[in-house]
Parts: sequence; structure tokens; C-alpha cells
Amino acid sequence: MSQQAESMALSAEIQQRIQRQRMLDRAFRAVTMFFALLVLVILGAIIISLVEGSLPALKKFGWNFLTTERWNPVTEVFGARAPIYGTLMTSAIAMIVGIPVSFGIAIFLTELAPEWLKRPMGTAIELLAGIPSIIYGIWGLFVFAPFLQRNIQPLLIAVFEDVPVLNTFFAGPPYGIGILTAGLILGIMVLPFITSVTRDVFETVPALLKESAYGLGATTWEVVWQIVIPYTRVGLVGGIMLGLGRALGETMAVTFVIGNAHRISPSILAPGTTISASIANEFTEAVGDIYTSALVALGLLLFVITFTVLAMAKIMLIRMQRNAGTRT
Amino acid sequence: MYQFTKKIAQAAMTMAAVATLSTAAMAADISGAGATFPYPIYAKWADAYKKETGVGLNYQSIGSGGGIKQITAKTVTFGASDQPLKPEDLDKNGLIQFPMVMGGVVPVANIKGVKPGELKLDGATLADIYMGKISKWNDAAIQKLNPDVKLPSTAIAAVYRSDGSGTNFLFTTYLSQVSPAFKENIGAATSVEWPSGIGAKGNEGVAGMTTQTDGAIGYVEYAFAKQNKMTYLNLINKDGKVVEPKSTSFQAAAAGADWANAKGYYLVLTNQSGADSWPITGASFILIHRQPQNPAAVQDALKFFAWAYKGGAKMADELDYVPMPGSVVSLVEKTWGEIKGADGKAVWMAAK
Repeated sequence: MSQQAESMALSAEIQQRIQRQRMLDRAFRAVTMFFALLVLVILGAIIISLVEGSLPALKKFGWNFLTTERWNPVTEVFGARAPIYGTLMTSAIAMIVGIPVSFGIAIFLTELAPEWLKRPMGTAIELLAGIPSIIYGIWGLFVFAPFLQRNIQPLLIAVFEDVPVLNTFFAGPPYGIGILTAGLILGIMVLPFITSVTRDVFETVPALLKESAYGLGATTWEVVWQIVIPYTRVGLVGGIMLGLGRALGETMAVTFVIGNAHRISPSILAPGTTISASIANEFTEAVGDIYTSALVALGLLLFVITFTVLAMAKIMLIRMQRNAGTRT
Repeated sequence: MYQFTKKIAQAAMTMAAVATLSTAAMAADISGAGATFPYPIYAKWADAYKKETGVGLNYQSIGSGGGIKQITAKTVTFGASDQPLKPEDLDKNGLIQFPMVMGGVVPVANIKGVKPGELKLDGATLADIYMGKISKWNDAAIQKLNPDVKLPSTAIAAVYRSDGSGTNFLFTTYLSQVSPAFKENIGAATSVEWPSGIGAKGNEGVAGMTTQTDGAIGYVEYAFAKQNKMTYLNLINKDGKVVEPKSTSFQAAAAGADWANAKGYYLVLTNQSGADSWPITGASFILIHRQPQNPAAVQDALKFFAWAYKGGAKMADELDYVPMPGSVVSLVEKTWGEIKGADGKAVWMAAK
């Protein structure tokens, strides 16, 4: 009798506990969902305020905003062509420099480096990502730009002087700062991002495949080009896109070394500007509705460009994961 | 478990109490936002003022544009701008404005073999350089002004401030006054569309770029040129006299100015007459609501400004700013009588 009562009481207590735990679980779920939704709400709010803020400028200039090169705060004529050009051009240079170097580092780290070197070297490269961009900017302005001005740019100008097309591309004078310098700095800045993704996807290549290739007498070069890179192709594109996203939006380092001129010059040694650099430079002192609105519209453009790039990266990463499942 | 929750609740309450206390202490601080150019001197004054009276200043140097926006939105007690607002804009927003401190903009250069103060330019030549019309240092126009200086044939790299700034406003205002072509094609503003040259961010950027580039010319605030011992240029002023950038020549420009007849103190001190006047001088302005929501806060701010006018001149001098002349200060204090609380009483009179 007493035993029965005891077990009844026990089961009631268990019931209670179960109920409480269920409630906690539900609350936990609600809280996490709230956090997740919060991100979407913030994103939506940013898009709405960007669109709202840029409406006056977009209404006034229409599609001309994209094609006009002029940017004149005095007469309030604004066009985004020069910043768009600068953004795409510096990012392109960053990719041309960053991709081969990152791939090289990743291949060395996964295929060639002795075991004891892999970890410290990988960490050192990831540390590059931790350097604040303002430091890159200051270093770029006071160390890197004078170096380019004295050594590299005069050489480029002299070498390509008689080569058609390229001589306008590398036309002087060597200021030290400009589109090329900004692109090179960005190239260094995206290195850790591309390298770490690349290294990770290179590590997903099954040892079986590589060893089979080596067994058939393939050289390291052949293994990398015919096994590793084709196998990880889609993941590599994802990594590059991440780096590209970073390069497109970088502000402070670029502002210091690009020369901040709202002009499109055929020469990549000439000063230019990017979307984010223009905003950083002018937003604080922008007086007047159209001026402010034009700067916000620039922000919206950058958002659209970056969003497209990141969406593409995501799609490719998803495809890579799906493919990885079918191939092994 | 229960004990633990109780402890947490207690801790939270203590923290909330501390937070309320500290916000109460913050509320006593004077809040202002705006121009970056006068920030160092405002900070120095605020520090000394706090030691004397215990009242602190919370000044955010977010730029003149931001300062105007914040005072219009009434989020701060005063705004600060390097560019004076036009009288009609003041009336529209119910603001008054007054000059607080002055400074000068100085052209600097990096030419091989040319020492500080050795080279002199007039406004028109300077404008032509920044418009890209004069591209070599041994151009006849520059050589004519400097018959004794041996000028190289180096290309001129014109360096400008890329960020919107009061320095840009003063420099372009001056060039617009002395060169019709500059006024026509470029105009005066905190940022303009430069036809050529390279943009560097901030005074430090312009100074760095100028020092690094052979043949560069730039313009920086006086304090920057002086403290970095840069190769400054002398200018030929409105009276045709050669002047050196220094404290007395900025004061000469301010002394000649007709503040009494400038409505809303809308006065840009560039290109003033007077034999010793430095042509690129300017004042930095404070903006306050004519009918403030919080008269007590404005009273605190006015007390601070009065203190700075009276006792801050030496500190301004030390940082290479130029204090306002006494005649201007008494005019300004009269203007403060226009600031009235909800009861119609003048806020400033009550403070005295």
C-alpha cells in the first residue's frame, strides 16, 4: 500500500518534471527563433531605409545616376559611374593578385608543407584577417605607396611605354596612390579569406583519389591540376566570392590609398574612388538633401552588388555540398 | 536555485541603480556635436572647465554637416560648424549662430631646394594650380612671383582634402573669390569636384601625401603645418602684400572684419583687406536654438562659452588657434540675449 503510494507520488513528480522540461524547450525554441528572425528584420529594415533614403536622388537623376561620371556637390549633380568603376576595378585587381597567391598557399599547406609547418603557417595567414583595416590603410599610405612610387610604378611606366594599349593602362605620373595601389592592398586583405576556404575544400579531397593518381605516376603538379582543383572547383568559386565580397565593401584601407578622385582614368596608376570610400569621405560633411541622398544611393548600389556576389557564393557552396555527396 | 535567482535579481537592481546614477551625472554634461576642426581646442577647454567647475562637455566631433543635422533634430544642446549657416537658414530652423574660435589654412609644398616661407604665390596662381592650368613648378606665372627662387621643372602634384571639411570650404571659398574661373567651374563647398590632382583623407593624409611626393602642393590647417614643420608657402593678400602664415596674420584678418554688420555672423574671413591679413582665415561657429527645449542645458553651455572667451585665449594660442577679439565677444554676448526659454525670459541674463 505504502509502496504503491510512493510510486504514485514518484510518477507524479516525474510527470511534473517532464512538463517543466517541455515548457523550457518550447521557450528555448521561441527565443532562438526570435534571434534568427531578428536578423531578417534588421536586414529588411536596412534595405527599407536605404531605399527610402536614396529615393530623392534616384528620382532626380533616374538611370543617369548610374551612367553619369560627374560628382559635383556645389551644383548638386551626382553620378555613380566613377565609384562603380573604381569599386569593380580595385576588386578585379585584388582578385588577380589574391587568387593565385591564395591558391598557392593553400596547395602548399595541404599538399607540400611538412607537418610541423602546416599549423603555424596556417595560423599566421589567418592572423592577417585580424589586422584592422585602418592599419592596412596607414601602412598602405606611409610605407607601401612610397615604395610603389619610387620602385614599381616608374618601372611599369618605363616597361610599357612603347606597348600599345598597355601604355595607356600604365600611364604616369607615379603618384604612389591610386587604383592599382588600392587593388594591391585589397589583394593582401582578401588573402586570408580565400586561403582558409581554399585550404578547407582542398582537404575534402579523398586521399584515395590523390593516392591513386600518385600511384599511376602523376606528379604533384598533375595531381593538383587534374584531381584536387577539378574536385573542389565549386568550393573554390565560393571562397573566391567570399573574398570578392570583402574586397567590394572594404572602406578604410581603400580610402587612404586610392586618391579619392571622382574620375575615370584609363590609367590604373591614376587616382580614383570606390563606393565605400566616397561615402566614408563625404557623409560627415554632406549638407543638403540631394547630396546626402546621393550618398545613401551609393550605399544601396554597393548593397545590391555585394548581395549579388554573396548570393552567388551561397548557391555555389550548396551545389558543392550536393556534388560532394554524389561523388564519393 | 531560488537563492541564486534572488542574488541575480539583487545584482541586477544594484546595476540598474548605478546606471541611473551615472546617467543622472551625464545629464549635467553639456552636449554638443559637429565640426572636427575646433575639436582639439574644445576638448582642451572642456578639460580645464571641468577641473574648475565640475561641469563636463560631451562633444562629438562628427563633422559640420552632422553637427547641423543634430542641432536641427534637437538631439544636442549646441551644434558646431566650420561653415556659417546663411541667415535665412538660421531663421528657418530657429537657430542663432556665433563664432567661437578662428584658424588659418596654409598651403604647403614639397619642392626640392625650396625652404619654408621661401616661395610666395598669389590667389589666382594657386587657383590655376588646382585647376590644372599650371602643371610645372617652373611655370612663368610662378617664376614671375619668385624671381629669386630657382624652380625645378618638376610636375606639380596638387593634393586636396578628399573628405568633406571646413578646411576645404575655406580654401575653395578663397580661390573662388580670387579666381572667376575657379568660381565658375568648381565653386566653394566642403567638398568640390576637383578637375585634377589627388585626394587624401584628413589633414594627416594631405600632410603625408605632400611630404612623400616630390613636387606636391597641399593645404592644411595652420597647426598641422607648424607642428610638422612643413614647407609652408607665403601668400600675397588682397592688399598686394606678402604675408607669412602665423597667429598675428590670422588675427589681423579677423580684426579687419565687420562683424557688427554681418547678419547672423555670416562672415567668411577669407580674402580680407589689411596689410597683414592672412587671406585664408576662417572662424568656427556654434549653433544654438533660439527657443531651446531645455533652457537649463543651454544656460550651462553659454556659461562654458563665456568662460572660454574670457579665459581660454592662452590655451587657444598654445594649440595654434586664434581666439576671438574682445569686440566680437561683447557682440556675441549681446546676441545671446535672443535665446529665450518658454517663459520668454532671456536664458543668458538669468545665468548672470
